[in-house]
Amino acid sequence: MIIALAGNQNSGKTTLFNQLTGSNQRVGNFPGVTVDVKEGIYKADKSIKIIDLPGIYSLSPYSPEEILTRDYLIKQRPDGIINIIDGTSLERGLYLSLQLLLLNIPMVIAINMMDEVYANGIVIKTDILSEYLKVPIIPVCANKNEGITDLMQALKDLVDNRCTPPKQDFCTGAVHRTLHATAHILEDHAQRANVPASFAAVKIIEGDEPMMADLALGENEIEMIEHAITEMENELSLDRMAAIADMRYQYIEDVCKKAVTRPKCDKHHDRTIKIDNVLTHKIFGIPIFLGIMLLIFWLTFGVVGSYLSDLLSGAIDSLAAIVSKGLTDFGINPVVESLVIDGVFAGVGSVLSFIPTIIVLFFLLSLLEDSGYMARVAFIMDKLLRKIGLSGKSIVPMLIGFGCTVPAIMATRTLTSDRDKKMTIFLTPFMSCSAKLPIYAVFTMAFFTEHRALVMTAMYLIGILLAILVALISKKFLFKGNPIPFVMELPNYRLPTVKNTFLLLWEKTKDFITRAFTIIFVASIVIWFLNKFDIRFNVVSDSKDSMLAAIGSLIAPVFTPLGFGNWKASTALLTGFMAKEAVVSTLAVLLSTGIEKLSAPLATLFTPISAFSFLLFTLLYTPCVAAVAAVRRELGTKYMFISIVFQTGFAYIVAMVFYQIAMLAG
Amino acid sequence: MTLDKLGVGKSGRIIAVRGHGRLRHRLLDMGLTPRVIVHMQRKAPMGDPVCIYLRGYELTLRLEDASMIDIEEISV
Repeated sequence: MIIALAGNQNSGKTTLFNQLTGSNQRVGNFPGVTVDVKEGIYKADKSIKIIDLPGIYSLSPYSPEEILTRDYLIKQRPDGIINIIDGTSLERGLYLSLQLLLLNIPMVIAINMMDEVYANGIVIKTDILSEYLKVPIIPVCANKNEGITDLMQALKDLVDNRCTPPKQDFCTGAVHRTLHATAHILEDHAQRANVPASFAAVKIIEGDEPMMADLALGENEIEMIEHAITEMENELSLDRMAAIADMRYQYIEDVCKKAVTRPKCDKHHDRTIKIDNVLTHKIFGIPIFLGIMLLIFWLTFGVVGSYLSDLLSGAIDSLAAIVSKGLTDFGINPVVESLVIDGVFAGVGSVLSFIPTIIVLFFLLSLLEDSGYMARVAFIMDKLLRKIGLSGKSIVPMLIGFGCTVPAIMATRTLTSDRDKKMTIFLTPFMSCSAKLPIYAVFTMAFFTEHRALVMTAMYLIGILLAILVALISKKFLFKGNPIPFVMELPNYRLPTVKNTFLLLWEKTKDFITRAFTIIFVASIVIWFLNKFDIRFNVVSDSKDSMLAAIGSLIAPVFTPLGFGNWKASTALLTGFMAKEAVVSTLAVLLSTGIEKLSAPLATLFTPISAFSFLLFTLLYTPCVAAVAAVRRELGTKYMFISIVFQTGFAYIVAMVFYQIAMLAG
Repeated sequence: MTLDKLGVGKSGRIIAVRGHGRLRHRLLDMGLTPRVIVHMQRKAPMGDPVCIYLRGYELTLRLEDASMIDIEEISV
């Protein structure tokens, strides 16, 4: 039995899904969609599969979420629907219900957040609601796991008896007449397209293009329907779109008048207003937001994250030492030992040591998201971000990018618009990640001793300015399309639930570990191999004879116009693709010295101008393999390659333009 | 007048939602239908977007889009 969960954003749908399935869930396989759809097995009855559809407000064909939900419900036809509604904003929730009810699929309505409803003194007479809507209405409290068993039992009974919602009209007068006339005209077509006629009729009247295409109506029929609609529009002096929306809300208002009593004051909303008076304050709102981001940074990359990361990398090092000793004692071939230690442990280990940072960061971010603050961030930052063609929500991934590009790209999952998501993912690598800091530190120490801070700050600012420039250009030429309208609910502030937070963290960690042992595992071995053997497959004692160095020498001339056409610099850039810190450590190995003594030998490779050009290139060129893998996870292989080529090409042009101009200027 | 002109703390009744396509559909879907009463809750620190209160929840939209909504101011 397959049950679909449908409801508004912020209605507690994910909480309900987590309660129903526990940790027994995974991201479903819905090819070609950028929206996450999760599926899981019902804890109490393993024969029931539950699909968590994205949060939507209507079944219109506009956003990717709406299209996905529609297609799923109409074409896959689950055995039952749980429609979850936030009891504190019942009217808006029921607006979706009235559309779901026409789909002719067994359905129950779960009214969620009943604890808040009671606390607010709102009375919802579910029996009266149920009488009007003719489906079971179950009050639940998903975060406290209350009412869930009743809910599932009610739905199971309906599905077992194939009890679909009875046909009903939510309207009178002109809309009613037009609906019936339209339904009658398109009945045969609807049957052929396998959609309920009454649902098809409403959608056709709304001017729904995909439905029009599905039904393949004849010219005659279109004309008859058009005639009926025009008559309705004239009678109501409302156009078709408004007439249908008005009809639904009119019906809902009438039902709510009978079934719901609301006290004058709304405690939860009053509390939200008080919090917002501070958090979205005219003057302090933005500084508070920046302060919160700084705090998160400090906690993640400073205190907790780095402590845990150091602990974990210490543990990985000790494990590597033990394995190394074991292998040596066993008398294993030193090349195999090197593969395990220098290849697998070094590569996968360095990526695994990111995990604590990522967990801490996502823990803090999920608090922001679940409490309702993230929606406010979009609210206060929207005007600024709109200037470069993005919307307010994109600011969070971009700021995280200063810490690490990998979680930043993972965080774009919260962006609802596909266009914003792509653009944000392309721009985030311009925010100098913390792994580039050692490169800046070593180079400024060697070449810009007197202006260290200035050059370092310049790197960060250049990244930001170029991101803005690229955003402005791509807004004009690449990502033209209509941005999704910025019309967004600001949910009441709520305490995040422990279960949701931990399931989210578990999911992110699992995702990251899987990646570490697939793409990064392979990449580590490839780099190790190139670094260990020469072109005749002999083990090298000095890495300057390795294949990697050979490749470095081969591509070195490419960097001559940039001022650093030597094989050591290009080899360092190649290893930098594994992890940005590797740029410095590779240079140290190739110059046979320690990182702290790099200044003098570096001066033999670079002039101050070519050093700055090198810094520009490392700032901008392709992000590391872990970040690239994250791009692939979010946008697919095609965009991963586009991203690599774009970033590297852009870095090349910027560094070359700088170097050539600087040389001309002397 | 239009919704973008409504002062903070003031309320208005919606007369019509103009515009077309996706944006208009979205506004209607979110409950901005004729006769409904909206309250101007606050403006973002940079003056745009705005946050309104209607049908028991808060909604944010940009001034540009709010100017598509005709309202009459009412006193509550």
